[in-house]
Amino acid sequence: MITLEHYLFLGAIIFTLGVLGIFLNKKNLIIILMSIELILLSVNINFIAFSAYINDISGQIFAMLTLTVAAAEAAIGLAILVVFFRNLGSIEVNKINQLKG
Amino acid sequence: MVLYSLTFYLFSSVAVLSALMVISAKNPVHSVLFLILSFVNASGLFVLLGAEFLAMILVVVYVGAVAVLFLFVVMMLDINFVKLREGFLQYLPFGALLGIVLVIELGILFLTDRSSNIYNNQTPLQPIVNEVENTKMIGQILYTEYFYLFQICGIILLVAMIGSITLTLRDKGGVKRQNIDSQNTVDASTAIEKKKVKIGEGI
Repeated sequence: MITLEHYLFLGAIIFTLGVLGIFLNKKNLIIILMSIELILLSVNINFIAFSAYINDISGQIFAMLTLTVAAAEAAIGLAILVVFFRNLGSIEVNKINQLKG
Repeated sequence: MVLYSLTFYLFSSVAVLSALMVISAKNPVHSVLFLILSFVNASGLFVLLGAEFLAMILVVVYVGAVAVLFLFVVMMLDINFVKLREGFLQYLPFGALLGIVLVIELGILFLTDRSSNIYNNQTPLQPIVNEVENTKMIGQILYTEYFYLFQICGIILLVAMIGSITLTLRDKGGVKRQNIDSQNTVDASTAIEKKKVKIGEGI
């Protein structure tokens, strides 16, 4: 019998893997972006599981909004990555110290 | 019910394993392919939960667009990936500790939630049963109740599109472009020039 908890645990595990991916691949910007995608996927799993649990379609709408934001974030992140690589010839995160913010 | 459980465990275990491979693969191309596998399995889970429309969106948008975008970028840039993996093993023990602590904390959260009996977690999860299908339900609510959110989504995508184009657009020198103002201000006195050409000579 699959209950809500199973889906919540699955979301938690995928979320943790995403956080771990950011932590372990500190230098590789591409893997960090992919880890963020994993984190957003776990959020989507939680949204849809709760949507089925409370028998309300709104959760699926919010999952769709998350998907939109994730797509926009991936596009902008990869664009920044390409510009960064063009300027420095490398995508090491610890070399991003030229923003002077 | 047994088939449902088996399908859930199949999809979720493959999703978790491929997510693990995403963060641990040596070659980023493999990482992207495992990310695709993870998303396809997640969309299978969405079908199990009765969200068919979102499952299709996940496959079309993620596997079809975002993952291929990642693949393009990984293959387009000439990056020394071996050098980027320095420090992976160095951070592994601490990272594993952090991950285990995070999973345990989240697990404790769910388990205490069960014992507090605020709501009954022990009912099996069923897809939303309705006479209209999932896509129609989403459409009926998306364009009425959540109309402003829908519009904001469009604006977010527009801003993302303009932003990524302006970031990556390079203005190369030596490109000839149409200048409409200078074209419109041309008249006969500046456009035509009379010259006397002597016989047997060029200009």
